[in-house]
Amino acid sequence: MSEYAAPDIRAGRLTAAEIAANFNDVKPPLDRKRALVESSRCFYCYDAPCIDACPTSIDIPSFIRSIAVNDPIGAAETILEANIMGGMCSRVCPVEILCEDACVRNHSEDKPVQIGALQRYATDALVNAGKQPFTRAPSSGKKVAVIGGGPAGLSAAHRLSRLGHDVTVYEAREKLGGLNEYGIAAYKTVHDFAQTEVSFILALGGIAVKTGMALGRDVTLEGLRKDYDAVFLAMGLGGVNALGAAGEEMAGIEDAVGYIARLRQAKDRQSLPVGRKVVVIGGGNTAIDIAIQSKRLGAEDVTLVYRRGPDNMSATHHEQEFAQVNGVKIKHWARPLKLHGANGAVREVEFEYTQLDDKGRLMGTGETFSILCDTVFKAIGQTLVADPLNGKAKDVLDMAGGKIAVNDDFATSIKGVFAGGDCVTSGIDLTVQSVADGRDAAISIDAYLRGEA
Amino acid sequence: MADLRSNFIGIKSPNPFWLASAPPTDKEYNVVRAFKAGWGGVVWKTLGEDPPVVNVSSRYGAMHLGPDRMIGFNNIELISDRPLDINLQEIKRVKRDWKDRAMIVSLMVPCEEDSWKNILARVEDTEADGIELNFGCPHGMSERGMGAAVGQVPEYVEMVARWCKQYTRMPVIVKLTPNVTDVRKPAQAAKKGGADAVSLINTINSICSVDLDAMAPTPVVDGKGTHGGYCGSAVKPIALNMVAEIARDPATHGMPISAIGGIGTWRDAAEFMSMSAGNVQVCTAAMHYGFRIVEEMVSGLSNWMDEKGYRTIEDFRGLAVPNVTDWQQLNINFKTIAHIDQETCIQCGLCYVACEDTSHQSISAKRVDGKRKYEVIDEECVGCNLCYHACPVPNVITMVPQNTGKPYLNWTQDPRNPMRKKAAE
Repeated sequence: MSEYAAPDIRAGRLTAAEIAANFNDVKPPLDRKRALVESSRCFYCYDAPCIDACPTSIDIPSFIRSIAVNDPIGAAETILEANIMGGMCSRVCPVEILCEDACVRNHSEDKPVQIGALQRYATDALVNAGKQPFTRAPSSGKKVAVIGGGPAGLSAAHRLSRLGHDVTVYEAREKLGGLNEYGIAAYKTVHDFAQTEVSFILALGGIAVKTGMALGRDVTLEGLRKDYDAVFLAMGLGGVNALGAAGEEMAGIEDAVGYIARLRQAKDRQSLPVGRKVVVIGGGNTAIDIAIQSKRLGAEDVTLVYRRGPDNMSATHHEQEFAQVNGVKIKHWARPLKLHGANGAVREVEFEYTQLDDKGRLMGTGETFSILCDTVFKAIGQTLVADPLNGKAKDVLDMAGGKIAVNDDFATSIKGVFAGGDCVTSGIDLTVQSVADGRDAAISIDAYLRGEA
Repeated sequence: MADLRSNFIGIKSPNPFWLASAPPTDKEYNVVRAFKAGWGGVVWKTLGEDPPVVNVSSRYGAMHLGPDRMIGFNNIELISDRPLDINLQEIKRVKRDWKDRAMIVSLMVPCEEDSWKNILARVEDTEADGIELNFGCPHGMSERGMGAAVGQVPEYVEMVARWCKQYTRMPVIVKLTPNVTDVRKPAQAAKKGGADAVSLINTINSICSVDLDAMAPTPVVDGKGTHGGYCGSAVKPIALNMVAEIARDPATHGMPISAIGGIGTWRDAAEFMSMSAGNVQVCTAAMHYGFRIVEEMVSGLSNWMDEKGYRTIEDFRGLAVPNVTDWQQLNINFKTIAHIDQETCIQCGLCYVACEDTSHQSISAKRVDGKRKYEVIDEECVGCNLCYHACPVPNVITMVPQNTGKPYLNWTQDPRNPMRKKAAE
């Protein structure tokens, strides 16, 4: 073991100017002229396929036509009516597998309308104008507790408040926003947009916020059920999966989610220590994000290792390509076997090549290879921390596949308790899906509170 | 290789593309640039009597459509605001230097015989090839009893045309205003007055847009605006119809026509020539893109003529005129229906919603294995072409003529026509 040199993990690998450039807006907004040109490319389809492809079913042709006729505020109102986080979704949605993949322009010219960029143009216009397009219905006298201030929770809170209910959002962290604030890659949401959007949502009124309040620690589900007419669980996935490889306890092995959260909150990104050689294990957006951001912080070599092939990665091809353009090396079909190090610090990861057996199951080939490293980021999925839910409650919350079980109306097994977002299994694992869950759960909760369900 | 040489009422030019009387032909500098670029001829911007007119600041309005600029254009500029002498000297010099190009001089003076007589002698001295009488300008000059104020009264058109033919040996072209109910009347008057040709259309009375902040029409001149003359691509259909009307009117049939109105490409030119125009005049497209557009016009027309086997312009000129008819002569038994090619259809649904909301509910919208499928219901389709025009992808929707087995039958013969003429017994 003594052949290993000390790990090279340090801050300040790049100049402040380089860091600023690396974490600037990865896709700058369209200006008015470009927005007009791009909006004119929309055919204004009837029964448009792009609407079907959007988990929140935004009336895309309508909002694009509003832009084309120079009414960006009207466009934003159309977007926000369906998706109150239309601003963030325009920045982080993998549009290449959603609306833009469905755009009929792909059939004739392989170049979809830039729906995401147009959505950002419109929502930015409304936010910058400081316009509040929504009002609250007359008070229902009902109170709803929302657990978790991420996309699902805030989406539900906003809709519930619009429908006339008084909402209290309980958030374990310091700030609202969930992964928008703590998770998304920094260069996708510059200028503190997550908080701008949170402020916009709260400006509707009727939403009380209690931060630093965790379920199971500061409040209990049983207690909330007593104090509120309904509860919406949207706490996301608080845990991270372990590698299950020997040596995982060594220094230099980090959860990607935790590091990204620190990166997002850092006042000065130059001060973040980053390894010279970084290995990322995983195949989702978190893996891609930590790989690229490591590179942009100044890591010399970043290798992302995934146990299956490119088509199996939950990161889109577009994201994979973007990582490669950023100098990230992606190795497929390998899994970590053992982590080696010296003096308690990781220095090398030993991988085994993988393949599928006759029945399509993943298996090791027995062949191995190693990558020297200073840092290993684990990005192999998050898990629901179920403990606080069960607690000592009399009623049992049913689970399904490690997540909270819900019916089509987002109702859990406990009366008056609903759940949505990442802590349930619904559609695809994306911000936009959580927003859709929150909105639709709110509509179900409204029906429940009014005795219609 | 097609021969594009043009001989219009004895005026020769290397190609049939002239620049119309307008700002681009206001002075020697521009006209020389135009000739260098390859234009076959110019109609010099309208000359009037001294003292020259005075123009206002802010002169052009425009109609934009999405990112497409200036699909329509209007102006409130008057005739040449430079002294007559200077214009005449320049015309003489340019014609001397560019003998193979057509030099036409546009004129507008008060409706008095002496005014016309005097200016004609001076223009003749320049050795210009011909004159064009501006009876069309719809703004400003018409308030002074000139331009469209003359063009809208056939008697005046005839009178001035006659004076001009009387006092000059130069060929006379009468430029017609479209701001009339029936363009055939002034054309007939021009012919009666002895004019050698008509040119049309001049610009159309128009207000391009309203500035919603200034609450005034554009272009805004110190808070106010006025109607201007509309031109550009948007007016081409109006011009084509007026040219066709004159071409098929027995009273003016065969009268040489110099076509103007939204011409910017070889195809526009070919269409007007198929409607009997001997040559074409261009303005707005040049004002938008510069004189260089003539290169693509020459090349495009030439290649199209080669492809079709037309050696000269005369080979196809006027070929479409016999096919312009009155509605009542159309074959009521003809039937065509739309067909949607499923292979190339992009499933935008525009054909469906257009037909369903505003036409004949002849397109079905289905989902087959989750995929959208739009198909024409043959029995319901009346062949209106709406879907064909709404479809954003070329050749996806085609109109397919049907064999009905029925003979030609027009409305005057149709038993369903209560006013039909009974066959002579």
